[in-house]
Amino acid sequence: MPINLKPTDVVVVGLGAAGGVAVLPLAQAGIDVVGLEAGTWLTKKDFAPDELKFNVRDWPMAVQKAQQEVPTHRINATATTTRAAGHPMMNAVGGTTLHYWAQSWRLNPWDFKVVSETTKRYGASRIPKGSTVEDWPFGLDELEPYYDKVEYETGVSGQAGNIKGTIDTRGNIFEGIRTRAYPMPPLRSTGFIDLMTSAARGLGWHPFPGPASINSRPYQNRGACMYHGFCNKGGCHVDAKNGPHLTTIPRAQETGRLKVVTRAHVTSLDVDASGRMTGVTYVTDGQEFFQPAKVVLLAGYTYENTRLLLLSKSKAFPNGLSNNHGQVGRHYLSHAQGASVTALFPFNINAWYGLPAQGVAVDNFADDNFDHGGLDYIGGGNLWVMSDRRPISAAGMGTFGRTAMSWGSEWKAFIMKNADRTNTSYLQKTTLPYEDNFLDLDPVAKDPLGFPVCRITADYKDNERRVSEMAQQRMIEWYKAAGAIATQANPIGSMNVTTHAYGGTRMGRNPETNVVNEWGFSHEVPNLGVLGASVMGTSGARNPTLTVQALAWRTAEYLGKNWRTLTI
Amino acid sequence: MADETKGVSRRDLLKRAGLAGAALTIPAAPATPAGVEQAKPAAPAAAAPRREPIENLTPAEAELLEAICAHIIPSDANGPGAREARAAHYIGRALGGALKGSHDAYRAGLAAFDRYCQSSRRAPFLQLSERDQMSALIDVEIGAATGFTGGSGQFFAMVRTHTLQGTFGDPYYGGNANYVGWDLIGYPGIRLNVTAEDQRLGARLTPTHQSAYDNAMFTKASASARSATADKQARQEKPTAALGKSVARAD
Repeated sequence: MPINLKPTDVVVVGLGAAGGVAVLPLAQAGIDVVGLEAGTWLTKKDFAPDELKFNVRDWPMAVQKAQQEVPTHRINATATTTRAAGHPMMNAVGGTTLHYWAQSWRLNPWDFKVVSETTKRYGASRIPKGSTVEDWPFGLDELEPYYDKVEYETGVSGQAGNIKGTIDTRGNIFEGIRTRAYPMPPLRSTGFIDLMTSAARGLGWHPFPGPASINSRPYQNRGACMYHGFCNKGGCHVDAKNGPHLTTIPRAQETGRLKVVTRAHVTSLDVDASGRMTGVTYVTDGQEFFQPAKVVLLAGYTYENTRLLLLSKSKAFPNGLSNNHGQVGRHYLSHAQGASVTALFPFNINAWYGLPAQGVAVDNFADDNFDHGGLDYIGGGNLWVMSDRRPISAAGMGTFGRTAMSWGSEWKAFIMKNADRTNTSYLQKTTLPYEDNFLDLDPVAKDPLGFPVCRITADYKDNERRVSEMAQQRMIEWYKAAGAIATQANPIGSMNVTTHAYGGTRMGRNPETNVVNEWGFSHEVPNLGVLGASVMGTSGARNPTLTVQALAWRTAEYLGKNWRTLTI
Repeated sequence: MADETKGVSRRDLLKRAGLAGAALTIPAAPATPAGVEQAKPAAPAAAAPRREPIENLTPAEAELLEAICAHIIPSDANGPGAREARAAHYIGRALGGALKGSHDAYRAGLAAFDRYCQSSRRAPFLQLSERDQMSALIDVEIGAATGFTGGSGQFFAMVRTHTLQGTFGDPYYGGNANYVGWDLIGYPGIRLNVTAEDQRLGARLTPTHQSAYDNAMFTKASASARSATADKQARQEKPTAALGKSVARAD
């Protein structure tokens, strides 16, 4: 029998990038919050500069809840189902922000209006067949104050490109209007990044340093980044990476309104006979608990949000919570994070240190920043070059066909000469939702509690493949302009479990095609809100986290302002 | 441009291996090329009895594994390799911890490899000529060697992956002895605070020759790759897992 706990105002399921931010505006509005987190508190002591522990052996993901519920994947409804060896996301207070790359982008204006802008400029026939893409229920202007809020509350470094309409060529000239500069200057450049920046300018492009949720100088009593090279999948040893565990969560705790419960494994979201939320059930150390609440905010990762809704069946919702319109799990998409380019230079580039967020971006070929009139795709890619390398992966570099073997003396001589002469870019491309890309419950694979895991049915379509090809061609051009003597276009890969997963609980005004309304609350359950990239209907060509956080803040603020109407 | 080595035929590989063979030095049968100053091998001559056991492996398995590692990253005119880095010692130790799941694959694979050498080249691996050792290993790499569960290519890929880990990973785990792996590829080492000058093109950085865990602030990783925090968490989650039945799919 579950132990019934003392009722609270709001229970937040998951204290990662989304839930960890939402708790602050709630607590500041005088609302009592219980934050349930499957992981524990980790600290900078846990994050040694250790490639084996973090990059090779995937600590701490390898020992966590997420690892027990790795989604399965198939490319279509008749294809074979496979299951990846591991889950790239982690459970902790602060979630995956502890080990993510911390690139903190705002979406560009086009990303909110893909359908209307494409139709206006090129005609409705240019929306790819089978795509279920919709305009967002609002534009960038609506989200701008929340982007601003999160940038200042948590700390984002970067170079503005468009303050109130004034373009600054040191920043991204394609970015939407922002009201003020970033609270911190961008992370510093490196010799290699300078070289790439000059090469981009030589091509007539507009390179700029990317935004990062990392201190470029001391901010809010924490120090600046030390560029030690183990940020990628590792955590920060000086607390310069600004996840909610260091920023919004402690501040919410200081109000006395937030109670953090760790190692809470949520198993169901519970409703009464009328279909209103009553609370959530979770398990810790084999004991079930029921946490009653007036409002539930579901803030797991994309796969877990869909899974928990589908697992939470009741008389009012026989097909899963908030799924009487059959939209839970629909409109799934994930960034084509493969299809990168690797280059070989004829000189050492000194990229042994740094971090994935220390780099240079080109946005000339992203979104609708270029004319697609004669092209057979919409959208584009953000080109990103960074200073990030560790020794085991360096020794495992490809040899560009220049050695016959991948071991032995000839190979050894090659890696000795070239380990510091190679660089792999990161190209993020527009990905659209399609009718036949979706999430549901796997009919066979279960977690150790006996609950089905999430199943991904998804494949990249022609539009994604064409965008990837274009982005790779531009990237090769860029590397060659900087002096690369060989390049390799890497495969796009499959749409298996990933760190950039979107949809499943899409946000929109139409309840026939969306799970949550324009404020992030369920169309079917008035006191259920959903936070995370699962509400996003488009991906843009850049990392999702800042948008996730801005949306979370906005939903939480709306809840505070409309407390009475949402809780009657 | 795809990885071109994938399209190379076995004959090409053997040809290249043969050509490269003259410059090879296999520590199991040392033959320093004339006129080339050889890096001092850490191991004594091949004829000497096995000196130091490798954890979780029999002496025969250990000697065979060390010889394979030494072919993957040879000790040659360009300096020390996997043998000096003690990559096989890293692997042996890890087989009792983080790589426990691969222990059977090592035992079975090493045994299969010696059987394959015996049947295809009429002697166990360690008694083959340098050239025959290379060609036998190429058979294993390309999946042509018989008698391996799951294919010989899978075994080779596993050993290569772990040899790289043992040569270029943090010395805390028992490999990369004296930082020979990091020096080999020019990695200047762990630096907790990297300056702008350190990231300049052409910067000349002195190797730090430090393990991550020489810094007392970090929680030490255990041999099983789980820190105390994660172990505690994993332990505490056990009763939870016992609540329901696990139905894992074989795929």
